[in-house]
Amino acid sequence: MALLEVDDLRTHFHTRNGVVRAVDGVSFAVEPRETLGIVGESGSGKSVTAYSLLGLIPTPPGRIESGRAQFGGLDLLRCSEAERRAVRGKRISMIFQDPMTALNPYMTVGAQITEPLRLHEGRSRREAQTRAADMLESVGIQDAVMRLREYPHRFSGGMRQRAMIAMALITSPELLIADEPTTALDVTVQAQILALIKRMQAALGMAVILITHDLGVIAGTCDRVVVMYAGRILESAATRDCFKQPRHPYTQALLASLPAAHVKGEDLYTIPGMPPDLSIEIEGCPFAPRCGHVVEACRRGRPALEEVARGHASACLRVQAGEL
Amino acid sequence: MSEYVLELRDVRTHFPVRKGVVRGRPACIVKAVDGVSLRLRQGEVLGLVGESGCGKSTLARTILQLAPPTGGTVLFEGRDLGALSPKALRHLRPRLQMIFQDPYASLNPRMTAFDAIAEPMRIHGAATRSEAPARVSALMAQVGLAARFMKKYPHEFSGGQRQRIAIARALALQPALVIADEPVSALDVSVQAQILNLIAELGQDNDLTLMLISHDLAVVRHLSHRIAVMYLGKIVEIGEADAVFNTPLHPYTQALLSAIPSVDPDRAGEPVSLRGDPPSPMNPPLGCPFHPRCPIAEPACAETIPAFIARAKDHKAACLKIEAGS
Repeated sequence: MALLEVDDLRTHFHTRNGVVRAVDGVSFAVEPRETLGIVGESGSGKSVTAYSLLGLIPTPPGRIESGRAQFGGLDLLRCSEAERRAVRGKRISMIFQDPMTALNPYMTVGAQITEPLRLHEGRSRREAQTRAADMLESVGIQDAVMRLREYPHRFSGGMRQRAMIAMALITSPELLIADEPTTALDVTVQAQILALIKRMQAALGMAVILITHDLGVIAGTCDRVVVMYAGRILESAATRDCFKQPRHPYTQALLASLPAAHVKGEDLYTIPGMPPDLSIEIEGCPFAPRCGHVVEACRRGRPALEEVARGHASACLRVQAGEL
Repeated sequence: MSEYVLELRDVRTHFPVRKGVVRGRPACIVKAVDGVSLRLRQGEVLGLVGESGCGKSTLARTILQLAPPTGGTVLFEGRDLGALSPKALRHLRPRLQMIFQDPYASLNPRMTAFDAIAEPMRIHGAATRSEAPARVSALMAQVGLAARFMKKYPHEFSGGQRQRIAIARALALQPALVIADEPVSALDVSVQAQILNLIAELGQDNDLTLMLISHDLAVVRHLSHRIAVMYLGKIVEIGEADAVFNTPLHPYTQALLSAIPSVDPDRAGEPVSLRGDPPSPMNPPLGCPFHPRCPIAEPACAETIPAFIARAKDHKAACLKIEAGS
């Protein structure tokens, strides 16, 4: 059984300039112990999806219009705030992009790492301190006992992200949501942090949702991937299949536009146009105006995400019809 | 005139760090740029890569005399920029331009696209009031913006369009040298490709000499003729782009290359792992700056600052463990 099953999630923001459909009918499942990648460009709705699951959407202007998110018998979108609080930071943890702003500068690292233990498990200060020191050591920070007494500004970017991971994992969650965990870091440090997340995942047997705009990060770490665009999922597949044989023109175009996919000096492939304005209701496929394979039918109705090969779903009408 | 558009000779930019409220003696010196020598030929694209804090942006600012060097010389078209009077330097400024990373921050939110692009021409008297609109619309066409956008403000543009405005502004005075500091890191993949194509095309059309600073090796490789790798204020490797990419000499370059996540799931191997974070430039290690993180370091690396060794023609690296080749 799936650990988390999201069905038809819609999160809209009601602004003065109209209704922004940030997430518009997203369904996916996360199996225990697997790593699911959510990839998309800015504004595609990947972070809003994660925030919706944990009840972190500011309301108003945001509103969850529809959907269900089953997590161990609980619908995360409909449960009470108390029920959600019991899950958040305990059974589902989240780490954020920017470890500079996600840590509280006025609290010692130790106080922040022990907070989930003390709140959720009612541990004593001393017991929590011991666990926190062990945790900090296992995420690769030396002199953990001493480090717990320091404030975040004494930590480098990579170390802050390690401390965030320690904080997220100290309650041994079943699911970790990592929202662009390495975007603010240097490549060599990024490699260390991704390896750390993988190692901790194996040690704790948890599932991970990794949200990123970096296709390379997905390729190296995820079992399955969903590709988001304009608040919808356009493709969903095992990572290998998605990169080896993408089955949506958007994914194909995205992969084709990477410098690494080109002979040096050759003009880079570019996707014409711009992502759609989400405050205007989209008729048909959201990628149709920029798609090289567009036909008349693409502009009418809304293409559903349908399985086109084993475990490989695409929301492209032409792929579904076997034309592409 | 010199054969090189830009020549750096042992350039050093050191900043004193003072502690406390009362400005006393410097507590330590940050050697942001520490002995960099480089030469750029006319029309050449040099990629400068390195991680945050390695001094690549300070080097750019030093070349433009925004952070004047504390040692060494910066020669632009054969003239020592440090020896010029402020007035003489101002006359040269149009020929040296910069494109910044964040088009959200580098454009004045109260200036329209027209104002932003026309401003350099107005300041340097390069176009009269009546000529300006035609020049601006020509520049906008060059960077792929329709002239009807002229009266719009930065917030009305997307990130990619803003970077196009910044590029048009940099080209307004027909520069000889453009330094692009992380020009695409703030942009999405699909927009990134558009801007990189634009930079490549404009570089060729205008015979620009370009210094492209980025932490993204794939981006740099795509556009550059040569690549220089910087670590803690020093260049550790320099060579033809393909040589640096295919046969990196320095262990840091090797680690950097292996750390780039590949989109090919078959090739996504384990990266060469580096211990720890890049060291603080306030307290750099003795000897080779890379030795505390280096997988192949020896005791000697902690004592000796390695000199450049040429492995092949124009491909050099500063590492004790590589031997001079043919």
